[in-house]
Amino acid sequence: MPVMSYIQAVTAALREEMQRDEKVFVLGEDVGKKGGVFGATKGLHESFGEYRVLDTPLAESAIAGVGIGAAMYGMRPVAEMQFADFIMPAVNQIISEAAKMRYRSNNDWNVPMTIRAPYGGGVHGALYHSQSVESVFANQPGLKIVMPSTPYDAKGLLKASIRDNDPVLFFEHKRAYRLLKSDVPEDDYVLPIGKADVKREGSDVTVITYGLSVHFVLQAAEKLEEEGIDTHILDLRTVYPLDQEAIIEAAQKTGKVLLITEDNKEGSIIGEVSAVIAENCLFDLDAPIQRLAGPDIPAMPFSPTMEKYFMMNPDKVEHAIRELAEF
Amino acid sequence: MAKNRHQSLGLTDEQAVDIYKHMLLARKIDERMWLLNRAGKIPFVISCQGQEASQVGASFALDRNEDYVAPYYRDMGVVLAFGMTAKELMLSAFAKAEDPNSGGRQMPSHFGQKKNRILSQSSPVTTQLPHAVGVALAARMEKKNFASFVTLGEGSSNQGDFHEGLNFAGVHKLPVITMVENNKYAISVPLEKQVASSNVSDRAQSYGMPGVTVDGNDPLAVYEEVKHARERAMNGEGPTLIEALSYRFTAHSSDDDDRQYRESAEVEDAKKKDAIISYAAYLQESGILTDDMEEEIRTDIDATVNEATDYAENAAYPEPESALKYVYEE
Repeated sequence: MPVMSYIQAVTAALREEMQRDEKVFVLGEDVGKKGGVFGATKGLHESFGEYRVLDTPLAESAIAGVGIGAAMYGMRPVAEMQFADFIMPAVNQIISEAAKMRYRSNNDWNVPMTIRAPYGGGVHGALYHSQSVESVFANQPGLKIVMPSTPYDAKGLLKASIRDNDPVLFFEHKRAYRLLKSDVPEDDYVLPIGKADVKREGSDVTVITYGLSVHFVLQAAEKLEEEGIDTHILDLRTVYPLDQEAIIEAAQKTGKVLLITEDNKEGSIIGEVSAVIAENCLFDLDAPIQRLAGPDIPAMPFSPTMEKYFMMNPDKVEHAIRELAEF
Repeated sequence: MAKNRHQSLGLTDEQAVDIYKHMLLARKIDERMWLLNRAGKIPFVISCQGQEASQVGASFALDRNEDYVAPYYRDMGVVLAFGMTAKELMLSAFAKAEDPNSGGRQMPSHFGQKKNRILSQSSPVTTQLPHAVGVALAARMEKKNFASFVTLGEGSSNQGDFHEGLNFAGVHKLPVITMVENNKYAISVPLEKQVASSNVSDRAQSYGMPGVTVDGNDPLAVYEEVKHARERAMNGEGPTLIEALSYRFTAHSSDDDDRQYRESAEVEDAKKKDAIISYAAYLQESGILTDDMEEEIRTDIDATVNEATDYAENAAYPEPESALKYVYEE
């Protein structure tokens, strides 16, 4: 089984789906000859030609809107937003159009489109190359939001997203692209959208998180094990709609729940996770639900001191788990 | 109008009369909807009146079996020409379960019908333009021989999606025909406060495509321009922007009062150029529409509108819980 980086897994998924189905095509800024600013579409232009790996004008609403039109015709576009921060001009197309197409047409039309976007900080990206934007879209029925944490999950979930008959936002943590490597099968496997995944079994504290933070929790858990604190880790993988069953099960398992996101705290995904637990697990809890998140400032600053202060890391996680274990 | 222009454009006498029938049907359905609204039977109307000639003339120049259309909310003439029926439009006005546009989910005139290749539209304006470009991109990729046709109002030509979409189509020379139905008002704001250029069609220059302005009250003139645009599209010569000049006869919608912002004299003046009247006169002068035929057409249309209204009024509403369906694939 080959070892792949997170971004190689993304590229592999794109290549496999383009080979499998000629309706699949990629569009976005710099995705063609250059192969994307991060290299996610590297080599695809040479293999599949100009129209299946289409360099678009620099205009995000058109990237989404043209993708929607092509998808309505029956194509399977995979649109790339160069950075999640730059998705904002396309929000009208995504929320007013893609999300509502099936519903508003009473199941007559649908939009089988995937929109990929690199998100997240810790790369000196400052305010506009570091954001987590999932909560902007996470109360829009009709959309699915997938945020894989490992190369294995990235490949299987991206393939599932491309095959899905509804619009999927697929957010890839840009720091994970080259940081994370793992065994990724060459086979044609897909993973279910809408299903969370237990990344570590444990009995003392439950941590529910997603994206790059999963790795910070895994690192912290390893260290805490030496102290006798056994951490249970649930990776949401799909942050909208949430896998409520898995969340409830994970919360009940230990009765002590820590929720983590790299996003700003107020209004983030984990607030909704907390509500699910509060509604369903009152008598199973042994401690108040805890949230660990970015501060409520507009975005991550550039200066390394402030960036580090904002960014999630294993130390912050370790401290929060220990506190909860001792409650 | 000179006689027999339709023949030199390649339209048969029957087709020329058929254009008239579609224009008149759109007008009569629309008028009935206003009556129903004022009688408290339907909550909302947004009107095609004054723009039927542009809509039907353009549609007849398209391949109505192959081309895709992305209409906007005034385009009753387009959707009728593309196969939607009076009954279906009335079902939408009454928000009944059988409405093919949305099953009673959207306001009336938010058209969409896959079997007739009418792309579903929303209320935020101009979002449909990039969709039409996307359909044309798919035609290019799939090597299919059809065009996509998208319409919007002149106010909507200020939206980013207009410029982003046309530029995309121009860069890739896609088979998209964009028709701006310039009815002079964006709700209350007149053309001169909306568009800085002399004509909306001037905007085409930036996007590497021809831009033409045409008399939208002349269905044959619009037919000619759209036909030419379609030929260019099919020859791989790329997109065209057409501006059809007309006038909005009604208030913006049933919830608007246009006396707040325009003089009734201006409206009356515009109505003197009503294409329903001038085109009927053309057909009569050309000897292909007699008084008897006109009488028969009007009787048929009245019967169609009555039947559609009765059917829709008596049709069932959607089940309340059906509101939960079709968020995702089921």
